[in-house]
Amino acid sequence: MAYSDKVLDHYENPRNVGVLDKDDPNVGTGMVGAPACGDVMRLQIKVSDDGVVEDAKFKTYGCGSAIASSSLVTEMVKGKTLEEVAAIKNAEIVEELALPPVKIHCSVLAEDAIAAALADIKAKREEQQKASA
Amino acid sequence: MSSLNIPIYLDYSATTPVDERVAKSMAECLTMQGNFGNPASRSHPFGWRAEEAVEEARRNVAELLGAVPKEIVWTSGATESNNLAIKGAALFNQKKGKHIITMKTEHKAVLDTCRQLERDGFEVTYMDPLENGLLDLEAFKKEIREDTTVVSIMHVNNEIGVIQDIQAIGAITREKGIIFHVDAAQSPGKVAIDVDEMNVDLMSLCAHKVYGPKGIGALYVRRKPRVRLEAQIHGGGHERGMRSGTLPTHQIVGMGEAFRIAREEMAAENERMRALRDRLWDGVKDMEEIYLNGDLEQRIPGNLNISFNFVEGESLIMSLKDIAVSSGSACTSASLEPSYVLRAIGRNDELAHSSIRFTMGRFSTEEEVDFTIKKVREAVEKLRELSPLWDMFKDGVDLDSVEWAHH
Repeated sequence: MAYSDKVLDHYENPRNVGVLDKDDPNVGTGMVGAPACGDVMRLQIKVSDDGVVEDAKFKTYGCGSAIASSSLVTEMVKGKTLEEVAAIKNAEIVEELALPPVKIHCSVLAEDAIAAALADIKAKREEQQKASA
Repeated sequence: MSSLNIPIYLDYSATTPVDERVAKSMAECLTMQGNFGNPASRSHPFGWRAEEAVEEARRNVAELLGAVPKEIVWTSGATESNNLAIKGAALFNQKKGKHIITMKTEHKAVLDTCRQLERDGFEVTYMDPLENGLLDLEAFKKEIREDTTVVSIMHVNNEIGVIQDIQAIGAITREKGIIFHVDAAQSPGKVAIDVDEMNVDLMSLCAHKVYGPKGIGALYVRRKPRVRLEAQIHGGGHERGMRSGTLPTHQIVGMGEAFRIAREEMAAENERMRALRDRLWDGVKDMEEIYLNGDLEQRIPGNLNISFNFVEGESLIMSLKDIAVSSGSACTSASLEPSYVLRAIGRNDELAHSSIRFTMGRFSTEEEVDFTIKKVREAVEKLRELSPLWDMFKDGVDLDSVEWAHH
């Protein structure tokens, strides 16, 4: 199977690999997938008080396309508002990385990771509001 | 490093390059000046010469097995041989019974043939291997029934390289009067074969794993006591009616030459393979969380199958782009399922996804092995840095206790 240049680029030079403090109230963490299925993605976003993604980090266990998809997502979300991030669709990842049909599930997993990270930050903020109310 | 030919080929169990000596013998059987005749032509020297070459090749193949030439039937390869052996014997003997025993770790050419027979009303028992990949002989004896007519067990496993105790199985099947078929696609030149000592009735062979050409194989069919088959390909009655079709002289000559070389050079080659295999294993075995798949002793010398935990096999292969290896990862297969062989020997899905098969052969060198060790260590380290599972493992999280969102 031949990989697109973009997949190879993200695979060879993955962007934003790392870990943010998951207990930081401004950090949303999303972990999706399962080892038994061959891919697990962890996406973390750091969100400013006015709802803009300031930083993003990932780690991924999976095939080259899964690693590339999550690397790309960390680039896509930075600087975006939470609403804009929520609007990201897997089709954009497929197009950007020229993923073949058998690798589309990697982009779906990346979209799931975004949703999970957003849900986490939302839950944290609601809890904070409750605590301060 | 100048002696390295990049990419390095370490996938000899998938196929082998044709040995120069083999290629030369084949090239002599193609053109007007060469031995191009139809071996079935009885009316002129072109046919006679071709027939002579085919019979010499038959002797060479037979000799490696300890068989007589008349027991060798040419086919297109091991897949066809497996089909002919299992279907042919099961169908011929169906009045006696319709039960077949095989193993879960067999090649798909055996498993899918058995599935087809199930659709045709046969019953098939698929034995679980022991954790080291070998057949549990006691459990096997218990599965034998009055109506069992065919047992099919592979000699050398293509993924993990383990060698079944064919002689022990053959002793059991012979005593019970059951036809014993052995898929030996991976064993010639690597393990000694003696069909009489092993009590094998049918044995599938191919040329392209033994430095011969693709597209040619053979089926050994025992004459004493005689094993009878229902032909699967009908036509001109070639190969004593068991497999019709004009014999491809150049392919057959190539297989004969490959088997002659395998017989003569096996001892020296195995010693060299074992040294290379041990060198590779010694170079990686101190790494954390790696698992050797299959028995290390009951195994052909050129095979190492290793799971690198917390790293996914396809991405590891991507990192090893200068080295040609294969993986049990789902992502490298058409089915999106991880290796059924590794699952059958009790490896979980994670370890099956994380496996790499290294197979060395006639043209492998120490330099290639050393290069591979270095690249593997670098790649695994890099990918573990990227792996959230490795983080969790290092933090002492039990991954089995995590509730994963399966998809």
